[in-house]
Amino acid sequence: MAQAKTTILLPRLDAALARRLLGRMALIRRFEEKAAEMYALGKIGGFLHLYIGQEAVAVGAISTLRPDDYVVSSYREHGHCLAKGSDPRRVMAELFGRRDGLSKGKGGSMHLFDKSVNFLGGHGIVGAHLPLAAGAGFAVNYQGGDQVVLCFFGDGAVPEGEFHEAMNLVALWNLPVLYICENNRYAMGTAIHRALAQTEIWRFAETYGIPGEAVDGMDVLAVRECVGRAVERARRDKTPALIEARTYRFRGHSMRDPAGAVYRTREEVEREKLREPIALLAARCLKDGVLSEAEVKAVEREAADTVDAAVAFAEASPAPPDEWLLTDVYKD
Amino acid sequence: MTYREALNLALREEMRRDPRVFVMGEEVGLYEGAYKVTQGLLKEFGEKRVVDTPICESGFTGVGVGAAMLGLRPVVEMMTFNFAILALDQIVNTAAKMLYMSGGQYSVPIVVRGPGGPAGQLAAQHSQSMETYFYHVPGLKVVRPSTPADAKGLLKSAIRDDNPVIFIEAETLYAVKGEVPEDPEFTVPLGQAVVRREGTDVTVVAYMGMMYRALEVAGELAGEGISVEVVDPRTLRPMDTRTIVASVRRTHRAVVIEAGAGFAGMGSEIASFITEQAFDDLDAPVERVTGENAPMPYARNLELLKTPSKAKIAAAIRKVCDA
Repeated sequence: MAQAKTTILLPRLDAALARRLLGRMALIRRFEEKAAEMYALGKIGGFLHLYIGQEAVAVGAISTLRPDDYVVSSYREHGHCLAKGSDPRRVMAELFGRRDGLSKGKGGSMHLFDKSVNFLGGHGIVGAHLPLAAGAGFAVNYQGGDQVVLCFFGDGAVPEGEFHEAMNLVALWNLPVLYICENNRYAMGTAIHRALAQTEIWRFAETYGIPGEAVDGMDVLAVRECVGRAVERARRDKTPALIEARTYRFRGHSMRDPAGAVYRTREEVEREKLREPIALLAARCLKDGVLSEAEVKAVEREAADTVDAAVAFAEASPAPPDEWLLTDVYKD
Repeated sequence: MTYREALNLALREEMRRDPRVFVMGEEVGLYEGAYKVTQGLLKEFGEKRVVDTPICESGFTGVGVGAAMLGLRPVVEMMTFNFAILALDQIVNTAAKMLYMSGGQYSVPIVVRGPGGPAGQLAAQHSQSMETYFYHVPGLKVVRPSTPADAKGLLKSAIRDDNPVIFIEAETLYAVKGEVPEDPEFTVPLGQAVVRREGTDVTVVAYMGMMYRALEVAGELAGEGISVEVVDPRTLRPMDTRTIVASVRRTHRAVVIEAGAGFAGMGSEIASFITEQAFDDLDAPVERVTGENAPMPYARNLELLKTPSKAKIAAAIRKVCDA
C-alpha cells in the first residue's frame, strides 16, 4: 500500500495560493527569528525550540485542512500553531509568559493550545502526543464527524513505544489520523542512523498496513500535494497514514544549542540551507510568473509587520496575576 | 449486592444517562472484564461504547485523554493498577496537567479505574498499593472506595467529574456484599470522608481492606473497654481533612493504617495534617501502622507478615491509649 499515487486533487498554484503559502511560511520564519532575539534579551525563558528550516511542512500540510480539523504537535510547535491560524500576538504573549498568551502565560513555548482553532497543543514529552491524536480521531468517529487529525512529531519520537502503539491503534480502528514525521535527521544531537534500525521512517507504515509515503519537506507544494491526498482519503474512508517529511533544522535543537555544531558539520548545514523552503517557493513563483518580485517583498514585509505587532502586544500584556497560580488546577 | 455488581451498576447507569460515556480497556468487552466488572456491558451498549483494546496501557490511556479533550467521557480500565505504571506518563504528564498548561481551555474528564492493593498470593508485581504514585500529583483526584455503596456512588461521581479521576478498587473486595441504593441518582460526593464506627477513645483512619481489619479490631477492643472510632477517607485527593481532624479533636488520639510500605506513604500525610491541625488536642503522638518495606512476597506466611496485622493494629491502639 505504501507510496501509492493517486491523481492530484489540489488546485494549481495561483497568485492567491502562492501568497497564502509564502505569507504563512514568512510569518513563521520571522516569528522564530524574533523569538530568538527576544530570548537573547531575556524576554523569553526556559526552553525555546525553533522551527526555522521546517516551515514548509507545517504550512503545506495544514493548508489542506478545514478549520474544524484538528492539529496536535510536539514542543517544536510554534509553526503548527501559527499555520493553524492562531493569533501571532497571543502566541508571542505566551512565549513572554503574559496573561494574554494563548495559555494565559501558564504553558510557555512548549505548551501552546488554542481551542478556537482546534489546536490540541504543544506537548513536551517525546512521543506522548501520538496516542492523544489517536484519541482525537477516536472521538471524531464516535461523534460521527468527518474531521481529520494531523499529528506532527520529529524523527526522535519514532523509537518511542508510543509511536508504535499509536500506529497500531489507528490502523486497527480506522481512525482518521495522519501522522506526519518531520525527519530533520537529528533527535536533539543524535543522528537518525544512531537511533533507528530502519531509517526510512515511512516504511513503518507497511508494518501496520496503512499508507506510507516520504515527501520532500522543503517543498511546500510537494507537502501540500502529498498531505492533501491523505487528508481527502482519511475524510472519505477513515484511512490513517504515516507521512515522512524530509526536512532540516537550520538552528540548534533549542536556544541552549544555538549553533547545533557539535554533532553535525558546518558544511552540512550550509548545504541544506541551499534548499531553504521559503526561497524555493519564491523562486518557483517568480519563474512561473505567479508573483512579481515586488509582490514577494510585500508578503515578506507584511509578515515582519505582523511579528513586530506581536512583540509590541506581548510587551504590553501584563504578567498573570499571582492568584492564577492556583486556578485551572481542577475544573469546578 | 456485591462490590463488583455495584461497580457494574454504576457503569450501566452512567452509560444510560450520558451517551458520551464509554468504557475502554483490555478484555472489557467480549471477555466481560478480567474481574467481570464490565459483565454484560458489551451486550447492552455495543462495540462502539465498550471498546476492547490491545495490551498497550500507555497507548489506550492516551486515546482516552485525547477523546476526553474532544468532549467524550472515557472510563479506562486497568486490568490491575500495577499495569497503570505503563500509562503513568499519560496520566501524570498529560491528563493531570492539561487544564493548567492550556490555561483552562482543555479539561480531561477521564476515569482510570481497576483493582489495586494487596491481593492473594499474586506476588511482587501484582499486589501493591498503587495510590501512592497518583495522589501526589496536582490535577488528579484519587478515590479508594471501601464498600459496595461507596463503589457505586463514588464511581458515578468520578464519571460525572470534569477532572481526571484515579479510581482504585480492590481484588479482595469484589465479592464483599452490602446494601446499595438502587436509585440511579444516588451518588457519593468526591472528597468526603465517613465515620464507619463511632467511638470516644481513639480515631483510627483506614481504607479498603485495612478499614475492615480496623473494624474487627475495634469490635475486639470494645471488650477491653477501648472505644475506637474508625474513619474512612474514601477519597485520598482531595482529602477530607475536616472530618478526620474533627474526629481526632473528640478522641484526642489517632492511629493511621495503610497497607502499603510506610515511607512517604498516605499514613505520613494523614499523620502530618493531624499533627499540624490538632496538635494541642492530642494526648499522644500519632501512631502509624504500615506495610513492611519489602516487595510483596509470594509465600503465604510471608505475605501475611507484609501487611499490618490485627495484632499490630491493636498494639498501636493500646499504645496511644496508654500514653
